[in-house]
Amino acid sequence: MSKIGVFICHCGENISATVDVERVAREIGGMEGVAHAIDYKYMCSDPGQTFIKEAVKKYGLDGVVVGACSPRMHEPTFRRACAEAGLNPYLCEMANLREHCSWVHEKSEETTEKAIDLVKMMVEKVKKNKPLDSIKVPVTKRALVIGGGIAGIQASLDIANTGHKVILVERDPSIGGHMSQLSETFPTLDCSQCILTPRMVEVAQHPNIKLYTYAELESLEGFIGNFKAKIRLKAKSVNYSTCTGCGACIQKCPVKKIPSEFNAGLGTRTAIYVPFPQAVPNKPVIDRVNCNYYKRGACKICEKTCQVGSIEWDKEDEIITEEVGAVVLATGFDVKGTDFFPEYGYGQYKDVLTGLQFERLASASGPTFGEIRRPSDGAIPKKIVFIACAGSRDPAKGIPYCSKICCMYTAKHAMLYQHKVHDGESTVFYMDIRAGGKNYEEFVRRAIEEDTVNYVRGRVARVYEKNGKLIVKGVDTLLGGEQVEIEADMVVLATAGVANCGSEQLAQKLHVSYDPYHFFAEAHPKLKPVETNTAGIFLAGACQAPKDIPETVGMASGAAVKVAALFSNDELVREPVVAVVNRLAPPLYSTCVGCFMCETACPYNAIEHEEIKGRDGSLIRTIARVNQGLCQGCGTCVAFCRSKSIDIQGYTNEQVYAEVMSLLND
Amino acid sequence: MRCYQCGKCTAGCVLASDMNYPPSYLMRLLQTGTRQNMDKVLASNSIWLCLNCENCLGRCPMEIDIPKMMDYLRTQAIKENKLHPDSKPIIAFHRSFLDSVRNTGRLYEIGLVLSYKFRTFNFLQDLAIAPSMYLKGKLHLLPEKIKDRRSMKRIFAQTIENAKTVNK
Amino acid sequence: MKIGFYPGCSLTGSSREYNESVVALAKALDIELVEIKDWNCCGATAAHVMNEELSLSLPARIMAMAEEQGLTEVVVPCAACYNRLKVTQHELEDENKRTRVIEILKLPYRGDLKIINVLQMLEAYGAENIKTRVTRPFAHKVACYYGCLLVRPHSILKFDRVEDPQSMDTLIKGIGGTTLDWAFKTECCGAGFSVSRTDLVAKLSGNILKDAADRSAEAVIVACPLCQSNLDMRRGAINKTLKNPIDIPVIYITQAIGLALGIGAKELGLKRHFVTVEL
Ligand SMILES: Cc1cc2nc3c(=O)[nH]c(=O)nc-3n(C[C@H](O)[C@H](O)[C@H](O)COP(=O)(O)OP(=O)(O)OC[C@H]3O[C@@H](n4cnc5c(N)ncnc54)[C@H](O)[C@@H]3O)c2cc1C
Ligand code: SF4
Ligand code: SF4
Ligand code: SF4
Ligand code: SF4
Ligand code: SF4
Ligand code: SF4
Repeated sequence: MSKIGVFICHCGENISATVDVERVAREIGGMEGVAHAIDYKYMCSDPGQTFIKEAVKKYGLDGVVVGACSPRMHEPTFRRACAEAGLNPYLCEMANLREHCSWVHEKSEETTEKAIDLVKMMVEKVKKNKPLDSIKVPVTKRALVIGGGIAGIQASLDIANTGHKVILVERDPSIGGHMSQLSETFPTLDCSQCILTPRMVEVAQHPNIKLYTYAELESLEGFIGNFKAKIRLKAKSVNYSTCTGCGACIQKCPVKKIPSEFNAGLGTRTAIYVPFPQAVPNKPVIDRVNCNYYKRGACKICEKTCQVGSIEWDKEDEIITEEVGAVVLATGFDVKGTDFFPEYGYGQYKDVLTGLQFERLASASGPTFGEIRRPSDGAIPKKIVFIACAGSRDPAKGIPYCSKICCMYTAKHAMLYQHKVHDGESTVFYMDIRAGGKNYEEFVRRAIEEDTVNYVRGRVARVYEKNGKLIVKGVDTLLGGEQVEIEADMVVLATAGVANCGSEQLAQKLHVSYDPYHFFAEAHPKLKPVETNTAGIFLAGACQAPKDIPETVGMASGAAVKVAALFSNDELVREPVVAVVNRLAPPLYSTCVGCFMCETACPYNAIEHEEIKGRDGSLIRTIARVNQGLCQGCGTCVAFCRSKSIDIQGYTNEQVYAEVMSLLND
Repeated sequence: MRCYQCGKCTAGCVLASDMNYPPSYLMRLLQTGTRQNMDKVLASNSIWLCLNCENCLGRCPMEIDIPKMMDYLRTQAIKENKLHPDSKPIIAFHRSFLDSVRNTGRLYEIGLVLSYKFRTFNFLQDLAIAPSMYLKGKLHLLPEKIKDRRSMKRIFAQTIENAKTVNK
Repeated sequence: MKIGFYPGCSLTGSSREYNESVVALAKALDIELVEIKDWNCCGATAAHVMNEELSLSLPARIMAMAEEQGLTEVVVPCAACYNRLKVTQHELEDENKRTRVIEILKLPYRGDLKIINVLQMLEAYGAENIKTRVTRPFAHKVACYYGCLLVRPHSILKFDRVEDPQSMDTLIKGIGGTTLDWAFKTECCGAGFSVSRTDLVAKLSGNILKDAADRSAEAVIVACPLCQSNLDMRRGAINKTLKNPIDIPVIYITQAIGLALGIGAKELGLKRHFVTVEL
């Protein structure tokens, strides 16, 4: 017969105010198989733990039940105490008398009876518990960082500086992300390129960082500490080991009218191109969709130009495999285009721009070399209207959230405009000014007070073109809803920040969750902002939600620390709450019939095939086996197995059955 | 009410500048939930000038159906007999229109205009265009009538007359 | 091709020319229009403003009559009627409202009639024939004016795109015309205020015409009798509010296409407009 020890906690008054704890201890003490039952004010305190340890030794307990708070809170505490007393920690269970009972019920007879039932269930369960060992898995101390914006750059550098290897995968021909497109940055107005470029170069030169540009993740298998990443290296058509980056080919390429992604469509580029002068790596790729040779089979001018023979026509995409122990997702965000706005012209008016396009106009490396000029006719706009919250905070357009960065960059844009066009007039239509951040409010006030930007509270209903002007129909709600009509030369929409294209597919490849807007979901909104719900995969930057550079960098460093902490272990210890397929002595081997229903059911691909072989090596049977590193203990397989051969350790059918029966046997 | 006072409805409303309270302001008055502000709304010309053109609804980020709200407010204003003077010609027109439909099943334009003139005592209005309308064949001298006129009587009796909102 | 037809009151009265042009064009395109028997007025804005049940019952009777007649699809050229019928059909998806209306009507009502406007009819059944039968290309620069009732509420009508609809523009381009990108395609003309607040109609319609005139439109093309009469019949009142009087004509899409197919001006009712049409 079992010898179970039961310890009922008062939790100060949290439990004892509504539950008659003494009666609970008394009645449980009378249960079959219970050797010792007491109640105490704080079981988690040092004396409380000592009671448990001493009882284990004194009564030779083979099971412990603590009736107290949530196991989330103190299960590790009590299991550690048991282990110290020489009892296998998995023979210790908790009954949650606080969250599940005293906090949610009034003081009454029934409340105490419910508490008794809860403890009883655990006693019956513990009787069936088996000693378990935690699982140990080795750690590959190399990180994969996906996305080479400022988030990916920062995370890579921080991890690399702890001495660990990093593989950085960037989809575009250069790293840098959106920050490389920005002119000057709020709230200090320092030049974005100037502060970013040194970091980009550092990435390229860091001995611990292996950079793959023009590359994308193909698939990710494995589990924390032990991932296998397949990476597609898209064919660049240029041999980077011989190319000197001289740029001669780019000069000569006859296909010159391709809208430049870097300039947000405001400038053009060639078919063989480097996205921008400070690109890292500073070597070209051929855009095969637009190249004359790939399209029509003739041209090859670049090949003739290249002195070192670096053009490679027949290169195909290459898939490589890298083993890594942790992944940092840093794929950033995107912004809505002007075509998203029926009321602002469906993108058909050339002088209606997105904020990102305005950054390119204001940038010294942009298509106008930093002069604010209208795309339609090159004129300097004398009247400019900025529309905040364009698409954001707009449930009707499917984007109810605030994009967070646009209040600030709109103030910056208006300020830059006033600095560059002294006789210009700028108006910002806004709903609220969200300038929470160090020196942010002061920055906005400066735009209003010193740079005389005209802030009007109200949304704009319509923008249309007439005689080369853009008619903006807005409103001033602070004047009781007075209509405001402005004949502007340029309109800039602070368009909503949205998840990057392909983020949904990427999330599915990695088994990480994403929110309804396809931003990756953090594991806990407050306490685990850089973790995902998949162990070993972390988040950095705007791929989780729109955010500015300081926040992005902070988050990237946070993710890097998480990776470093993970890599400080040679082995990882995991709870043994995983599925097992039963094994029996030959000739049965297992009740598993090899139907592999569990394999189809398992969402984590944890089911493997195990071949049972005779002494002569001949195959006897194939049965299921659980990869304990992959298994998350969800239990789906258990429900699917018809021969009842698979079970979750610590939550076996037998244990759960015993719990339920303890209620029915009353 | 989910209106967050962005003002986009007002910015695009074709008659906002003719209204006592432009639509977003009206929404705010309603939002306060006070009787006093409700009275302001009911007695305003805004609810009568609204054309139900749905510019506001089409653009409202919160998809607030202002035109439907206006329908309700008009009914309420009639019920409580709090009518802005601007409502007079509008209600008179609608009543004359419905009289015609009730009697013939269709709209009899001369009848409508005559009945409207009696209601508003505005006998001179549209005198200028009537003859040319006639010459261009745009006016029937006699009403067109549907056969099943009894069904019209029944529909009116069971709806608008039943609701007793129209007291002549 | 046979299709149900609800003309509505305007088309039999002050907007006869719309009716004439719809009928003439349908004939030229081999579309047979079957008029709903003993149809009644849809109640227009008046019923809508004055009483909800009335505003549902009147259109419901029309649709019930059409269903009884075995029609499955009905073209409604008047944008106001089209809007009332579509919205009623949508509202009557609500079980309670439907039961109540059936009780009032004492007629069965299923609610599965397909209601289309004239642009949809031309797109669906006329596009091919129009292309091959154009004899007099409509070589004019025009402003296509959709008004509000044809396109809103978008969630119910689901017709064309909001703000800058294109279907009428496409039809005009198909007969050799050029269309303007202008600002007032879907702004309200004042609709039901024609008689009761002519002053407001003059202001709103004036804004519309002015934008079209500023962009040198030769004509404004419409698909709604309310829009047409406000912009055409009320031109005297409109011009009084403007600095420079505007004399560009306002014609129906069916008249424009009719002209391109070589149908006579008289047959298309072009003589009935207040502003002389010389196209
Ligand atoms: C108009 C505008 C003005 C701004 N101004 C300021 C400012 O003044 N100050 C400020 O602090 N912030 C500003 N911001 C915000 C700033 O741009 C962001 O905070 C920052 O870019 C976020 O960095 P990120 O690395 O998370 O994302 P991103 O910059 O978007 O970088 C993501 C990177 O990941 C790559 N990638 C995407 N998908 C994949 C994939 N599947 N595989 C591999 N690689 C992938 C992309 O190519 C890109 O290089 C502004 C933003 C905008 C839109
Ligand atoms: S082959 Fe292609 S990339 Fe090379 S020069 Fe010609 S178009 Fe440009
Ligand atoms: S010409 Fe040759 S070496 Fe120079 S950038 Fe082009 S590919 Fe590289
Ligand atoms: S940050 Fe400002 S502009 Fe951007 S969505 Fe939020 S409130 Fe609107
Ligand atoms: S418990 Fe869940 S994760 Fe583990 S093997 Fe079964 S289905 Fe897969
Ligand atoms: S547009 Fe909608 S949310 Fe904005 S003020 Fe008007 S009703 Fe309110
Ligand atoms: S429906 Fe009424 S409130 Fe809304 S825009 Fe039209 S006239 Fe204004």
